[in-house]
Amino acid sequence: MNTFLSRLNTIFAFTLSVMAALTFGCFLSTAFKENKTAVDIGTTKAVVKNVPNFAASTRDRNDLGQIAFDLHTELSSLFNWNTKQLFLYLTAEYETKSNKLNQVVLWDKIIRRGETTKLDFKSMNTKYYFFDDGNGLKGNQNVTLTLSWNVIPNAGTLPRIQGEGSYIIQFPDEYKQ
Amino acid sequence: MHAEADAKKGSIMGLLSLDFLNDVRRMNKRQLYYQVLNFGMIVSSALMIWKGLMVVTGSESPIVVVLSGSMEPAFFRGDLLFLTNYQEEPVRVGEIVVFKIEGREIPIVHRVIKLHQKETGEIKFLTKGDNNSVDDRGLYAPGQLWLQRKDVVGRARGFVPYVGMVTILMNDYPKFKYLILACLGLFVLIHRE
Repeated sequence: MNTFLSRLNTIFAFTLSVMAALTFGCFLSTAFKENKTAVDIGTTKAVVKNVPNFAASTRDRNDLGQIAFDLHTELSSLFNWNTKQLFLYLTAEYETKSNKLNQVVLWDKIIRRGETTKLDFKSMNTKYYFFDDGNGLKGNQNVTLTLSWNVIPNAGTLPRIQGEGSYIIQFPDEYKQ
Repeated sequence: MHAEADAKKGSIMGLLSLDFLNDVRRMNKRQLYYQVLNFGMIVSSALMIWKGLMVVTGSESPIVVVLSGSMEPAFFRGDLLFLTNYQEEPVRVGEIVVFKIEGREIPIVHRVIKLHQKETGEIKFLTKGDNNSVDDRGLYAPGQLWLQRKDVVGRARGFVPYVGMVTILMNDYPKFKYLILACLGLFVLIHRE
């Protein structure tokens, strides 16, 4: 029974399965990539203030870190035919008395396919406020800055990779007025 | 001339509906039972796959469709996300989580941008959509500043574009949903090898 509808149905089903197979192949071809590369990070300014936490609209006075950073890296090796975009984020990770682990994203950037992959920033300001959850930034000698990326594929997994290279910020022992 | 026109009309009608009815009429009881059972099998295996996925992934909704543009250009409306929610894997900054807010029915897919973990392992974190200019505190329940582990429904692990478009259409046009369901149901009941 070769009606118009049954032919349409067959074509549609076949197209769908071919596309599904191709998509899966595309995912497989890039699934085992490491997505690693080197990153150079530095800071040109690191001060800490004690101010009311306006970001959380509470009255508590929290430590607010203010830094300016240098960032230098070349990410073209992360792009392949199954990379739609990279989501880059600069993380500050540290330990305080009240918290075993603190992670704060200070800056992020989206690099879409075709955009420039060479990053060379000097004395960049952060995009988000670096508020601690309490008063753990003053005199903190071990705040680690790292750049990571979340690879967004055309279809597939969403790996998050930390760049090779970090920088340790040492905050001063005095609040800046 | 007249007969030819009639024949044509007949074939078009047959194309639309009469063939189906004739098919049903030609079926005997056994075949009818068989078709109904077949239909039941399809429904129950779909349910089994869904529930099985829930067990394997640990998430109460292992597959979600992106409903808003707040994560563009990573995820657009109608893209499909696969989620897992293993309790032993820690939530970390940069991860895309799906969470529920009290008083909101639809879960939100956003990225973690700030996280504090106590010695006991208890965490609180803040999220933000890539495409939004501010963090999500305005979306949380009144007075809520942080999310906790229990708010997380799943964490994005895999991504397929466009596949959820049908769901979006069905949500936006409920009549379309009933049409699809009716067509599928009819097809399964009528179709014979």
